Amino acid sequence: MTAIVTDKPYLFADYDAFDAGLASQPEAVRALRKDGRERFEAVGFPTTRDEEWRFTNVAPIAKTHFRRANDEDQLDAAKLEPFKLPECIDLVFVNGRYSEELSEPEALPEGVFAGSLATALEEMPEIVTEQLGKHADPGHPFVALNSAHIEDGAFVYVPKGVRVEKTLHLLFIATSGEEAVVSYPRNLFIAEESAEVTVVESYNGYSGDKYLTCTVTEIVGHENSTIDHYRLGEESLDAYHLGTLKIHLERNANFFTHSVNHGGAIVRNDIQAYLGGEGVECTLNGLYLARGKQLVDHHMWVDHAMPHCHSYELFKGILEDQSRAVFNGRIMVHQDAQKTDAKQSSQHLLLSDSAIAHSNPQLEIYADDVRCTHGSTTGHLDDEAVFYLRSRGIGEEAAKSLLTYAFAGEVLDEFRLETVRKGLEEFLFTRLPKGDVVRQAV
Amino acid sequence: MLKIDNLHAGIEDVEILKGIDLNIGKGEVHAIMGPNGSGKSTLAQILAGREEYEVTGGAVDFDGQDLLELEPEDRAREGLFLAFQYPVEIPGVSNTYFLKAALNAIRAHRGLDEIDALDFLKLAREKMKLVQMDEKLLKRPVNDGFSGGEKKRNEIFHMAVLDPKMAVLDETDSGLDIDALRIVANGVNSLRDGERSFLVITHYQRLLEYIKPDHVHVLVDGKIVRSGGPELALELEDQGYAIIENEVRAATAAAASA
Repeated sequence: MTAIVTDKPYLFADYDAFDAGLASQPEAVRALRKDGRERFEAVGFPTTRDEEWRFTNVAPIAKTHFRRANDEDQLDAAKLEPFKLPECIDLVFVNGRYSEELSEPEALPEGVFAGSLATALEEMPEIVTEQLGKHADPGHPFVALNSAHIEDGAFVYVPKGVRVEKTLHLLFIATSGEEAVVSYPRNLFIAEESAEVTVVESYNGYSGDKYLTCTVTEIVGHENSTIDHYRLGEESLDAYHLGTLKIHLERNANFFTHSVNHGGAIVRNDIQAYLGGEGVECTLNGLYLARGKQLVDHHMWVDHAMPHCHSYELFKGILEDQSRAVFNGRIMVHQDAQKTDAKQSSQHLLLSDSAIAHSNPQLEIYADDVRCTHGSTTGHLDDEAVFYLRSRGIGEEAAKSLLTYAFAGEVLDEFRLETVRKGLEEFLFTRLPKGDVVRQAV
Repeated sequence: MLKIDNLHAGIEDVEILKGIDLNIGKGEVHAIMGPNGSGKSTLAQILAGREEYEVTGGAVDFDGQDLLELEPEDRAREGLFLAFQYPVEIPGVSNTYFLKAALNAIRAHRGLDEIDALDFLKLAREKMKLVQMDEKLLKRPVNDGFSGGEKKRNEIFHMAVLDPKMAVLDETDSGLDIDALRIVANGVNSLRDGERSFLVITHYQRLLEYIKPDHVHVLVDGKIVRSGGPELALELEDQGYAIIENEVRAATAAAASA
């Protein structure tokens, strides 16, 4: 393959100096960076000729000249307030780098770490390097691009049998000025045996700012652990987001993730779960709203490697204007994974005639005693339901708002974390044309 | 209350209603009976404002207003209620939320304050008793997973809460067993107060044993071909629609050959 990246020299501008500045990081991390750079330089930006990127054209991203985030990108504490989450420990990352000044860490149970990956690489290098880069597919172009730039990000570690009561909110905020900025948050969360933790990753930016967030999160749920995870995509509408979430689960682990997205001009999320032990329960839900010309793409891959595992996927998209959505749901059931129960449902609600949804379920089953179901629907609001509501005195706009809210409600109801659910409800009330009526009604 | 004058309507160039005249006074109960395909449900849907149907002629006056000019929600706010033949299932919208939103929209139209949550609950509980509805159905999504009988009871419950001036019941009896029919009819009867008017549309005379109409009309092929008192319903029960349909056919043939 040709080195397509040679015409994007900005991506690796001053790279040697950047890499040299991180020379004190462990050898394994330096090797990850080197490997990432080599791989990305070999494959470059994908094109729509690539099956995995058929409906998602990243050319606008490839064409933009981005500057790598640096120490000078600072943020006013006051500008952060709207992004904080009530009743959570807010840990702040500005352009992917942990900000001690803006974060509000609180005392955590002994042995728990929540904060900067760079700091963790100094304080507990063995624990970090044992897992870092071991799960996300190094051949994925944007995993490679992210790996080439591993510098900082969020690291969460919960030791055996420990339960973290308070929710950890990893608040990623992008700043951008005259020049578009690219940041590469690299995150790793580890829950040891029977540990329990709730983590919210939120990606935020300011309206009008153009930037790229290229992020990779690896999550490791050891035996019998419970992880409740939320990923909130609230990027600026002019920004791009290329995110990979890779989850590795061991025997009897419980894992829930809820991906919410309403920001970003082009958003691509690759969410992959590897069910690597018996008795795993894994729920992957999502809700996205798009309008204007937004494009939001979810590529899911649930990999059932062992018997008696359950996976549930429910993704819903609400599309307005000329927005587009892609849902690619792959479920792989290996030969050994007998008694697998895998459910997948993807639903799109089109609120305009020019919005488009591409939904593509892919089941690959090599075991013979399994239950796998998938369903995919795309449609407009039900005219009969709208008329029924109107015939009882509810105005047309209000009826449509109520039905749209109800469509989202099925995903919202699954949120176990109230602060996130309430925040999203509030967002919907503001977003829907007659949200005030919905607010009173529900 | 409701005056229908030579109403013609259809869907996609097919004429279904071919000149309906009907005058329902305040507090009166009128029944429309007719065979399948005679246009009964079309009439109900047009009165409620279903946009799929096109009105091609005639007028409808509702309590001094031109009904056909009003949006469906404004008809409801002015006090018209349609109990659907097939109540729509709405997953995700709780019965309570829906009804509260509807009631508040109607109250706002009448210049009243929003009802507070506690008063609403009190009102809802009181009205549920009229149709012996299980309180659990309040919290469930509208009609979602309700049995046929529960759906029809839910319609009457909505009617009781929304307190309309005029109610159109579209085959509310169809598919109900006798116990459910009695409950629904009792609910309707308890809302008869000499002020509220009803248009009861049905295929079966049976319903009219429980809801006694003041007037009965027979609708055949988009026209009211007979009108009379409650005795007309009994006559139909004995003789069936066939006799009337034959009469109509004979008359049409005679008119054509003349």
